[in-house]
Parts: sequence; C-alpha cells; structure tokens
Amino acid sequence: MNENDKSLRVALLGNPNTGKSSLFNALVGGQQQVGNYPGATIEKFAGRCTHEGRELAIIDLPGLYSLNPASPDEQIAVDVLLTPNVADMQVMDVVVCVLDASNLVRNLYLTTQVLELGIPAVVVLNMMDIATQAKTTIDVEQLSAALGVPVVITHGSRKQGIVELRSAIASAAVVATTTVTFSESVEAAIASATTATAAPAVACQRRCFLNELALSTDVESCVDEQVESKQTSEFSAALDLCKQQLDAAGDRISMEPIARYAWINQVVSSVVERGDTDHSLVRRRWLDRVLIHPFSGSLVFLAMLTLLFQAVFSWSVPAMDLIGTLFQWLGSGVESLIAEGILRSLIVDGLIAGIGGVVIFLPQILILFFFIGLMEDFGYMARAAYLMDNIMSKVGLSGKSFIPLLSSFACAIPGIMAARAIKNRNDRLATMLIAPLMSCSARLPVYILLTAACIPERRVLGGWISQQALVLLSMYSLGIVVAICVAWILKKTILKGETPVFVMELPSFKMPSVSIVSRKMFQQGMDFVKQAGTLILACTVLIWALAYFPRSEGTMEQLSATQTSGIQLRNSYLGRAGQAIEPVVRPLGWDWKIGIAVLASFPAREVVVGTMGVIYNLGDQEDEASVGLRDHLRNARWDDDPTKPVFTVPVGLSIMVFFALCAQCVSTLAVLKKETQSWRWPLFTFVYMTVLAYVAAWLTFVVASSTLTV
Amino acid sequence: MKAAPMPPLFLSDLRRSSAANVVAVHEADGVSLRLLEMGLVPGTQVTRVGSGPLGDPLEFELLGFSLSLRKAEARRVEVQVMQEVCEKDASQR
Repeated sequence: MNENDKSLRVALLGNPNTGKSSLFNALVGGQQQVGNYPGATIEKFAGRCTHEGRELAIIDLPGLYSLNPASPDEQIAVDVLLTPNVADMQVMDVVVCVLDASNLVRNLYLTTQVLELGIPAVVVLNMMDIATQAKTTIDVEQLSAALGVPVVITHGSRKQGIVELRSAIASAAVVATTTVTFSESVEAAIASATTATAAPAVACQRRCFLNELALSTDVESCVDEQVESKQTSEFSAALDLCKQQLDAAGDRISMEPIARYAWINQVVSSVVERGDTDHSLVRRRWLDRVLIHPFSGSLVFLAMLTLLFQAVFSWSVPAMDLIGTLFQWLGSGVESLIAEGILRSLIVDGLIAGIGGVVIFLPQILILFFFIGLMEDFGYMARAAYLMDNIMSKVGLSGKSFIPLLSSFACAIPGIMAARAIKNRNDRLATMLIAPLMSCSARLPVYILLTAACIPERRVLGGWISQQALVLLSMYSLGIVVAICVAWILKKTILKGETPVFVMELPSFKMPSVSIVSRKMFQQGMDFVKQAGTLILACTVLIWALAYFPRSEGTMEQLSATQTSGIQLRNSYLGRAGQAIEPVVRPLGWDWKIGIAVLASFPAREVVVGTMGVIYNLGDQEDEASVGLRDHLRNARWDDDPTKPVFTVPVGLSIMVFFALCAQCVSTLAVLKKETQSWRWPLFTFVYMTVLAYVAAWLTFVVASSTLTV
Repeated sequence: MKAAPMPPLFLSDLRRSSAANVVAVHEADGVSLRLLEMGLVPGTQVTRVGSGPLGDPLEFELLGFSLSLRKAEARRVEVQVMQEVCEKDASQR
C-alpha cells in the first residue's frame, strides 16, 4: 500500500448483514478498487474520500462475528487489525464498527472486542430506519458514554449521515479503555502474561491471550509474527495456569462470551427502549413462513431456479448472437484486408476465434452474477442454503455449495467464482473441484451433434420419450451422479474434515440495491475476461499453430478448399499427434480423427464441432444443427475397413461420456488457479477428470458394444 | 431457576414455537465457541421457529435475529423450557 503520511488509515468492520458494503459505497463513492489480500482469494475493497482536506483511506473488511476467527474471511479481518504486516498492511489509525441498530445485542459482541484493541474507534448505528419501524428507541448519547467512543447514526442505503460519519472519522482520537473485565483470576493471568509496554501491543497481547485461552489448537493467527517475538515464557506460563483453572471450572470456552454478553445486556437495558410491535420482525417472520417452509419454500426455490436458468439460457441468446456475429464480422473484415497466409490465419483462426470463444460466455456470466447478487442482497441466498443443506450434508458438504454447483450448469467459471461465499476451506475446494462435472452449456452442442448422428430416433417407455432426449438427460444425470461420488470421496480422503458446521444467520430482508449489484457484476465480469482470457488465448494460439504447421505444399490446386484443409490437418503436427495416439483412443472405439478432434478441444470443448467439420472434409463453419455434418458423420467409415461405420451407438455414447466428464476447458482451469492461488488444484482437477473420462468412456464402449446389437 | 428432576433438554428437542432459556453449551471446541458468540449464552431466550425440508436444519430466533443450526449443533445446547410463555414476552428479550 502506498498511502502517504497525511491520509488516515480507516478499517470498516462489522457483523455480516449490517449494510456495511452499502455504507462503504456511500462513503467512498466511485473512488474504490477491488484487489485480493496477499496469499488469499478474499477480495479486498479499498477506497478513498476526503473530509475538509483530510484524506481517508478506507478499507472494507470482510464481515465477521468475533475476533476469534472461524473462517479465512474472519482471519483476514483479524490479521489486518492485530498483525497488519501479515496482511501486507499498516496499522490502522481508526476503526469504524458498523452495527445493525435493529440487532444491537449480538452486534455489540464484536464491538466490545474491537474497542479493546487500543485503536481510536467510531461506532456506527446503521439501518436505524428498521429499528425505528420497530418503534425501538436507542439513547445514542448514553450508548456513546457507555462505550467510551463517538456513536454516529447512518442510513447507508439512503446515504444519510455520511458527512457526519466522515467528520467523526477524521477527528477520531478516542481510544476506549477496556470495557469488559473478566474474573479476577483471568485478569491477573492477563496482567502477568503481558510483557509489552506500548499501549497497542498490550491490547494486542490481551486479545491473543483470550484467543489462545479459548481455543489452544490452531492459533497460528495472531500469535505469529508481531507477537511471537514478544511471546515470552511469562505469557505461556500464565496461559497454561489460566487454562487449568478454567478447565477445572469447566468454562474455558464460555468465559469470554458470558462476560461480554452480561456487560452488553446491562448497557442495552439502560440504553434501548423496545416498542411492543416489531414490524420488521413481523415482516421477516411472515416472509420466512413462505420462503423457508418445507413445502412452499421448496416451490418458491424451484420457481427461482427456473427463472434463473431461463434468464441464463434464453435471455443471453441475443447478446451471445450479437457477440458471435461481431467476431465473425471482424474475422471476415480482417480476411478481406490481409492476404492469405500465416498472419491472416493467426489473426482470424487464432486470435479472433480465441477471444471470441471467451467473450461469448460473458452475457451468461453477467446475467448469472446479477441474479445471484440480487438474491444475496435481498437475503434469499441464506434461505436457499437453508433449504438445500440437508441434501448437501449427505455427501459431506453444506447448503452453501448448492448455488455454485447449480450455476455450473450454465458455466463452471461463475460457479467456481460463486464458491467464494463458502467459508470453510475444504468445502469450498470440494465444491470448486466438482463444479466442472456439471454439464455446462458448452457441452450441449456436442451432445446435440452426437445424439443426432449416432442415436437412432425411436420412442421409448411406451412412446412417451424420444430415445435421443433420454440420452441427453442421462448425460446431465451422469455429471451429477459422478460429482456426488467425487465429492463424497474427496471429503473422505484429501479434503478430510468433519461435515462443515452450519451455524448461519438468516438475515432480515432488504431491498436489493441495483447499483451495488451491477457494480459487483461488472467487476466479476472483468475478472473473468482478464483471467480466463489471457490463458485461453495462449492455448488457442498453440492449438492453431499445431494445426497450421507444417504446411502441406504441392499438388492441391485441383482439390476444393475443404478437401485442402482436410489434408492440411492430417499432415499437421496435430494430425500426426492424432495418428500417434490412435492406439490410446482405439479401446474407446474411436478412430484417429475423433482422437484429434478431442485433442484439439482440450482448450475449449465446444471446439470439437468445428474440428469435426474440418476433419470430415467440410468447411470450418459447421454448427451443431447442420444436417450436412450429421450425415457426414453417419457416412464415415474406418480407414482400414470401409464397410464399418465409425459412428455407431457405442462410439457416440463413449464420446459423449468422455465429454461429460473431461476437463476440456482452459478457462475453468485458469479460474481454478486464480481462486486457489496455486497450480496444484487445477492440475489435480485436470488429471482426475481426464482419467475418469477415459475410464468411463472405455467402460461405456465395452458395455454398450456387448449389450447393444445395432 | 431450580433444576427440574428431569433428563436434560436440548435445543434440538424443542417443539415448534416453544421458547426456552439456554442453560449451557456443551463440548469445548470452536463450534461451541461460535454458538456462544452468536448469543447462545446461559440465560438467553431462544424460540424454535421451524425446520427445513426433511426436518433439518432447524430455525431459531434469539435476541431479535434468526439463526439456523443443524440438529447436530442444536444438540450441544442445553436448555430449560420456560413454563407458560407469553408470546409478547418472547419477543421482548
């Protein structure tokens, strides 16, 4: 961070669902940038604003419930406050605690912890409108006196109280003195453990002592770096003694929460006067009676899903068509400008086709993120997780994994990105690793072409269902079933860990803010284009080069253009590779042409349709509905036995199963790399899916050949 | 509050729309700590609101907010049912 000395470093923190992000938006307006915390995939929102010439550099920390962190998100927030150098930050000058005024008691828990950190603080009562609706009155002055720091009232979504807040931040100088005191023996232990002399370090040691006291396991958090050097034998001796004492009394864990809530209840009872009717509570209860009722809730959920899919699959069509046409037009424009040759081929077949292949998914991704953002802002996502938790927990995941997996039916990329909402690391990884098994929209063209070419049109099950539709349905189900099995195995082996806890607040409902949702949507869209774009581009160019070189020269004048490209492909490095790998694909029932079509589609699976078009001596411009390509596939014969058709039912099934399970999508792997910050997981995903696809395709071919006699 | 001569009751046993006071959170690990931090300290009044499809997870209301827990987690929280709870009382504290 390159803040100059004059700007004030401000941390905005609070419980989840306190309207903190909209407050942050109101504070800094457009002056914000999104980045990542070092070594973590948690988004870092930072922004700036000025108040009377003073610059405020504000960072919006992830929402958290306690300074005793329970998730990577919370860990980051705690690191920023306690050991800023770990999070690559500097010590905060001011910390702003955002409280949901209608949920004061629980919100004050974190606040009392933060006030003890020795950093000047400002307390914000946000969403006072809801509290006012509930006819609850809060004596702000008395609250400020009890907490020992200024208290400001805001309506983040309506941008009220923002100037007052900026002014309070700019002039914040008050450090609250310790608010909550624990039992004498605990306080004595803390005193003897404290070896630091500077005020902030004393406060930090106090917090570390409490964190260690409650959960002695796995406290790499605030003990390392800054404090480790200060962690003396006095510290550990006092800690051990205190642990023993509390363990004997059986309240080592509950000591801090009990003391804090006792203090809070005392303050709140003198500061807050509750009305008799809490309208927001009544409204929430009424909505929840419908939205999370086992029956009506499930119906609403299904309706939401239908709407979501409808939006992603059909509303995106005009935009996708437009992008497709645009890139085609661009390609033909370049074709007419540049003479035929390597440069033109590189630009048209490599660059433009490559970029177009990525950008075409942008409309689906944006629509999906817009809907998810709306549902999240409204408070529905927590309800969806609540409804799906039971089913997901059967394979060791939690309800929070459902939406990312569902999104993956459109495209695995937004699905993997949506998994950010999952706090538990192992859960999030398991969700991301199985997301690419969901049949995404890019698999659909492949399924459609191959069913049309290989599966006879026949009615089954008493004439109700066409055999082709049944095959399509089985491909989708195959992905789901395999994903369930893989998740189960992962959670039993490398991602071992207890079934994640499901302690989740169901937040009160809020009117979603379209501007915040749109901002987030564009941010994520840009992320996708930047991250996936660069890698897929590189791979597309690579595949292009392999198919382009070496050039076949010589007597091809009398052949048609499509025949020429067929010969070219056969003699290219890609074609040679296809012939070389034929022994590998033979057990799956494929000939070398299918082999190279599949090989060429590893960067992006939908490429296979175009590649098959080229290989079976047609033009490049095939699409899945084209009857010409379908018939050509039907008429294709083996090179060594011209009477034997290539595309039989077992072969078609085996190719489709392969596509259903294989990780043929560089963009997905690139996003996995970005999200996990390591090459390990994309590599793992690629290997496990490819092996799985190969084995399953082989099994399909063997079983289908021996049972079906066509 | 006097201890009733009955087997201990847990949040998971609570019937729909009945309220109870927290007595203790059992097991000393991170999950229990989080339950305590969310306000499930001794003395807090909790109302069982509903349950998800197939009976899990459960939904509770406490301190004016709504919290969902799986049965496994709810089984850690020992409670004492308050006799003759008045609905208005329940929403007040």
